[in-house]
Amino acid sequence: MQTTGKTATSKPLFESADWTFDLVNKAYDACAEIGLGELGLDIYPNVIEVITSEQMLDAYASIGLPRMYRHWSFGKQFVRDELHYRKGSRALAYELVINSDPCINYIMEENSMTMHTLVLAHAAMGHNHFFKNNYLFQEWTRADAILDYLDFAKTYVSRCEEKHGVNAVEQVLDAAHALMNQGISRYPGANKHVSLARERERALARHLYEEQSFNDLWRTVPKPQQDVADGEEGDKPTAPPPQAHLPEDNLLYFLEKTAPKLDDWERELLRIVRNLATYFYPQRQTKVMNEGCATWTHFYIMNRLYDKGLLSEGSMLEFLHSHSSVTMQPAWSDRRFSGMNPYALGFAIMRDIERMANEPTDEDKEWCPDVAGCGDAVGALKRVWAEYRDDSFILQYMSPKVMRDFRLFGIHDESQHPHVFVSSIHDERGYRRVRKALSEQYCVSTSDPDLQIIDADLQGSRRLVVSHNVRNGVLLDRANCERTLYHLARLWGYRVKLIEVDNETGKILKEHENLRMP
Amino acid sequence: MQIVDRRLNPKSKSLGNRQRFLRRAKAEIKEAVREAVKSRKVADLASGEDVKISSKSLREPTFSLDSKSGSRDFVLPGNSDFVVGDAIPKPPPGGGRGSKGSKDGSGEDDFVFSLTREEFLDIFFEDLKLPNLVKAKLKNVKSKELTRAGFSSDGPPSKLNHVRTMRNSLARRIALHRPSLKTLEALEAEIATAEAETPPDEERLAELRARHKRTLYLRKTVAYLDPLDLKFNRHERRPKPSTQAVMFCLMDVSASMTERLKDLAKRFFMLLNIFLQRHYREVQVVFIRHTNVAAEVDEETFFSGRETGGTVISTALVEMQRVINERYPVSDWNIYAAQASDGHNFSDDMDECLDILQMNLLSQCQYFAYIEVGSSDEGPYPPSEVWEGYEELIGQHSNFAMRRVSEAGDIYPVFRNLFSDEKKPA
Repeated sequence: MQTTGKTATSKPLFESADWTFDLVNKAYDACAEIGLGELGLDIYPNVIEVITSEQMLDAYASIGLPRMYRHWSFGKQFVRDELHYRKGSRALAYELVINSDPCINYIMEENSMTMHTLVLAHAAMGHNHFFKNNYLFQEWTRADAILDYLDFAKTYVSRCEEKHGVNAVEQVLDAAHALMNQGISRYPGANKHVSLARERERALARHLYEEQSFNDLWRTVPKPQQDVADGEEGDKPTAPPPQAHLPEDNLLYFLEKTAPKLDDWERELLRIVRNLATYFYPQRQTKVMNEGCATWTHFYIMNRLYDKGLLSEGSMLEFLHSHSSVTMQPAWSDRRFSGMNPYALGFAIMRDIERMANEPTDEDKEWCPDVAGCGDAVGALKRVWAEYRDDSFILQYMSPKVMRDFRLFGIHDESQHPHVFVSSIHDERGYRRVRKALSEQYCVSTSDPDLQIIDADLQGSRRLVVSHNVRNGVLLDRANCERTLYHLARLWGYRVKLIEVDNETGKILKEHENLRMP
Repeated sequence: MQIVDRRLNPKSKSLGNRQRFLRRAKAEIKEAVREAVKSRKVADLASGEDVKISSKSLREPTFSLDSKSGSRDFVLPGNSDFVVGDAIPKPPPGGGRGSKGSKDGSGEDDFVFSLTREEFLDIFFEDLKLPNLVKAKLKNVKSKELTRAGFSSDGPPSKLNHVRTMRNSLARRIALHRPSLKTLEALEAEIATAEAETPPDEERLAELRARHKRTLYLRKTVAYLDPLDLKFNRHERRPKPSTQAVMFCLMDVSASMTERLKDLAKRFFMLLNIFLQRHYREVQVVFIRHTNVAAEVDEETFFSGRETGGTVISTALVEMQRVINERYPVSDWNIYAAQASDGHNFSDDMDECLDILQMNLLSQCQYFAYIEVGSSDEGPYPPSEVWEGYEELIGQHSNFAMRRVSEAGDIYPVFRNLFSDEKKPA
């Protein structure tokens, strides 16, 4: 940040901690002036919603989405959060922002005006810009359709509950949730990019057609002996899928299309869960970048507000206190340590890119030639925000300086060995290895188990075979695997086998089987 | 930018989720509630509770990687003095590795959350019911309640059901082909254009005018709203069962009743009181204590006051009879009685007790429970005088029951046992 000295000409926007709608409006305008004017951010229109802490807990419980179907697991989340909050062991987030168009920002009524300004700069500017511009979000999510789709999902699920009973719906949703991480079509070709709005229309049309064309008389007509090609599309597929479709890594998609015993509404539920999984997929892949972008943005905006004299000294101190506690990274030996803090890491790298652009060292020129000394920090950052995800971002832009500041070191862990070994530290020899290891740590496709359906016998035994591509000998957690397999078998309806195959030797390391008698 | 104030939106949006969650964990929660009751004080018996359940039925399994197999690399911050090649011993299993924030660590942990008072009591008293509740005498019911009773085709205008009425009207209008205002207007417009034409097409005009006339006629004869369409909400007055109950607490306060025994009895009375409050709109409690004389006292004196003297139970029964005759006519009140004693009585007195019970009290009470409190360290005690005496009532009177309690933990099971749905013979 290039603070150009205090050019205080105007009065602070607010002096006291109390907020009013008018003040929030003014603060937003001031933030927008800097964010859109000076930084040139490109955002969705914002909707700011003021909520109470209780409503914040509600929002937490439904994974942050404003409208969500009902399920006990959200209730579980709620009672847990509520207890933590009530006992004071965990504070609520200051904000919650939803990747939608218009972009919905929640702010909590009990926060001070300074915090509201911070939230506006952080979420309404930073996150919003990231959602709109990052390539993953553009490719995987449809911000303009998500709210409508959630509405549809909610009513659809509650209608299913009325029709088929809460228990039946719960069973399908339980099973679908268990396979949620396996419900994403990861390859660009496979991702048909069906917009959620169209998705919803299609579902409605399907059901409308069913209801309109329903005639009870057909039930009494004897079934013809041989298959008649009467073009009934919605019928359960009885023909085996062409083997070319296997292997399939999107388990939920495969079940939705092929599972022999599911009803139409059950398939629709799988589809809903699958679509939500896809919606969240980019967020899982950009935690560090998303928070880094938002934190850098609020830091810039708040400092500029202060420079312009729009923030009082007291507010600035309050902001700095909260900012520094958010971007604190405890060391591994610290009691508070619970993994890398994405705010800290993201913010540090963003600040470092800014430094490299303006005051590059020789080291920077060697490590990040495209940024070092380019002079246009904001332009460089915006390009980074648009074109990278966590793993590629770290691999590309984490400079030795950041590694030194965090004092990062790599650990190698062999499970059968009683010790772990320090494999690299932040020195000349270690930079690249540390960076690679951290990048892999953030790569969702290596941290999720690699599962594929390799065989489905639809004619005879109807057995489904799933293979786990074992990397570095890391097997599936046994107990969890058996339980998830049970859910998988329930959806499939017949026996399911899971084999764990070493990806280097091709040796079968372990087999799990779930027998589901027809 | 737009600011929306959502603070006034309906709260507890996740109530539905919460109910689903409670339903899911029902068995475990029940067990936890039972455990909680054992250690609870009487005073806060009916407040909410933090319960701890094992998360067995609340598992949300996913395919996850086993951290104990294979090899992995990871990066940690805050290196202080390590160099490449250093070996760090792994923490003992179960200690939680300080390295990776456990993603899947919440596997078998206990799950703590809090129930509201309502939820707590619901589970607490689940599948308990008041015996002989049906006996509540309907003929003496004074109040009647207005309840919905479908629809009728006549009634006062204030009870008109708009939806039903308009539905009928629409159906009738469609069936009788009543032309809509739109059709009429379209026709009139057509006539106007036809008239404006030069030269006017007389034939067509005549035909149009005839249609216009017919349309007007139809609109006049087929009414928009016919008396036939009208539907009214109907209400009925239904008798409401009397919902008041009186609970008699009888207790022996002679010297042989120690503080501990009194506390046991007190717990039982408290339970009964809460239970009755859930079933009746109004519950009154009468405390009668006795030694060799009985008196009605207030709650404070009942539980804390000390008396000395012998034990004559029949005096308490006589006192109870007196109070019933004076203040609680059987026709208006559901009468419950719970008697607690350590089982001592003058042996001559038993016959009189049985007389009073059999002749009067048992036929007036909905339920009469006798709780004998004793200390467990005395071993399996021989049947006391009172126990032996009362035993002959069992079988003759279905609304009489007796149980033994020796520890605070027993109270709840005994209570459940007394009021459980499927009554076992005592």
